[in-house]
Amino acid sequence: MSLLELKNVSKIYGELHALDNVSLKVEKGEWVSIMGPSGSGKSTMMNIIGCMDKPTKGEVLLDGVDISKESKKSLTTIRRDKIGLIFQQFHLVNYLTAVENVMLAQYYHSIPDEKEALEALARVGLADRAKHLPSQLSGGEQQRVCVARALINYPEIILADEPTGNLDEANEEVVVELFNKLHSEGTTLIVVTHDPEVAEVAQRTLVLRSGRLAKEKINENFTGKIRFDDQTPV
Amino acid sequence: MKKRKMFLRMISASLMRRRSRMAVALLSIAIGATILSGLVSIYYDVPRQMGAQFRNYGANMILTGTSGSFTADDLAKACTEIPEKELVGAAPYRYDNVRIRNIPVVAAGTDMEQAQKTSPYWMVEGRWPSADGEILIGKAAAESFRFREGDMIEVDYTPETAKQGEETVTDNTLYFTVTGILSTGGSEENYVYMSMTDLEKLTGTGSRIDVAELSVSASSDLLSGYSDNISAKVGAVSARLVKRVTASEATVLTKLQGLVLLVTIVVLALTMICVATTMTAVVTERRKEIGLRKAIGASDKSIISEFMGESMLLGLMGGVLGAVLGYVFASQVSRNVFSSELSFRPLLVPVTIIVSMFITGLSSLMPIRSATDVDPALVLKGE
Ligand SMILES: Nc1ncnc2c1ncn2[C@@H]1O[C@H](COP(=O)(O)OP(=O)(O)OP(=O)(O)O)[C@@H](O)[C@H]1O
Ligand SMILES: [Mg+2]
Repeated sequence: MSLLELKNVSKIYGELHALDNVSLKVEKGEWVSIMGPSGSGKSTMMNIIGCMDKPTKGEVLLDGVDISKESKKSLTTIRRDKIGLIFQQFHLVNYLTAVENVMLAQYYHSIPDEKEALEALARVGLADRAKHLPSQLSGGEQQRVCVARALINYPEIILADEPTGNLDEANEEVVVELFNKLHSEGTTLIVVTHDPEVAEVAQRTLVLRSGRLAKEKINENFTGKIRFDDQTPV
Repeated sequence: MKKRKMFLRMISASLMRRRSRMAVALLSIAIGATILSGLVSIYYDVPRQMGAQFRNYGANMILTGTSGSFTADDLAKACTEIPEKELVGAAPYRYDNVRIRNIPVVAAGTDMEQAQKTSPYWMVEGRWPSADGEILIGKAAAESFRFREGDMIEVDYTPETAKQGEETVTDNTLYFTVTGILSTGGSEENYVYMSMTDLEKLTGTGSRIDVAELSVSASSDLLSGYSDNISAKVGAVSARLVKRVTASEATVLTKLQGLVLLVTIVVLALTMICVATTMTAVVTERRKEIGLRKAIGASDKSIISEFMGESMLLGLMGGVLGAVLGYVFASQVSRNVFSSELSFRPLLVPVTIIVSMFITGLSSLMPIRSATDVDPALVLKGE
């Protein structure tokens, strides 16, 4: 059984089919990229997979459970227990320090553990920034705090919507490196990106166009590392 | 346990690190709590204050001697001019300078039973003296000597003859038991009160009355007739009428309390509106944060408890501030309007804090409930 399966999923806003009859399977431990022009329904799909929104039509099976039929309350529970989220805008609570932001995810999940949270920050290379507020961190550092927060509860699946959209190449590489580490540990990754270099690292790339799955590309020589076509520094 | 700690850490971080925002909310709560606790203080103090203001409640006729003092016989004669049924009380007073622990004090001799009738607003902590050898101490005097009910005290009097500077001075001394402390809101609080016979014994002088206060329940026409008769028929005494609080004037007190109560309710309502508005603004401002919290797994319940926790903490801080400032406010009002000191009510402190927390919680209820409507998907949508 696949970890995630979408069966004829549509999301309709009035006349607009943000998602139009999408079917898709993601296996456990897989690393999938999703590309597509702006407005093609990428975020809409991530919201549905992330238990934050429900499809208008179709079934979404996560670990065998049809989440399109669940109540809001149990969606919260599923989201908390199975999903780690990373956003394009580095969404951190601005009055909590880096380590407190990570502990927040533990707090809602089970029990906050500062030591473990510090370890997670160390994994993303921010051990010495733990006591900083988001405003005292660079964009790349903030995004890494988000990664640390997403992985703290050992989610089965990490959903990242444009995780490198606001980062420079160096930070982009750090984040992809972290994804590679998570992937090698068996975490399932679904990454929405506009950046072909980031998309190509994944094992499989899906392209959405006007709410439909337009193309699927398998990465034959998967290494989990970014291959820069252009080696000249920016 | 650990969860609780994180909870407290979060809500205090929210208040401490978002100071300017929270300062506005805190200010409105603190002002509300200040006015509330201040007005409640005044509300309870008004009767006492007003009692002092309407000092002549009770006595409505004053007798003084045409040539200094007069005698008990003169008083008795004057009283016969007033029908027995209409005479509520007639209290004679004489004043002498005595010394307690070598400090000069005014001692008043009176008839305790009559004094109670002509001065019903006097408040005695303990009981009135009922026999010779017992003494009533004015509140101010009791405070300066640190006398308490039940104390045995020594009162000295230096006879007139010795005062002229003749060598050996032998003081007259009597011992008294303090039966009560007298509060009137006026100068009586500086005096000590004993029976006429005790004061005569202490001074070694004969019976004498400096002034007598009469309480007569009669219409003002009859009253002025009585006073004219007394002045005319009892040569040693001149009578004059004083205005006393009539029934309608007494209701001023009730009305004033009602007004204070009304203002209290209005302030309460305004505070609630203010807190509700601020909390609504806070929730709106933090929609993204709420969405984020939900996205990473917060249930509606935990969102509510976090915001409630914050507003409770605000209520607590506002309540503490309000209790302190309220006392300052009330004693200022008391001093400037009633020109008397406010009595501190310790119970008002916890009550102010609890009420402040309750009001803050109550008025945050609606805004906080709206926080749960925030859609977590909001966060994934860019801006
Ligand atoms: N709540 C909504 N109500 C109406 N239309 C919506 C709503 N949310 C999204 N849409 C529409 O659905 C379509 C898909 O939106 P979506 O956010 O999924 O695009 P996207 O692929 O993530 O684009 P981008 O790359 O710009 O983030 C868009 O045309 C958008 O206007
Ligand atoms: Mg998007």
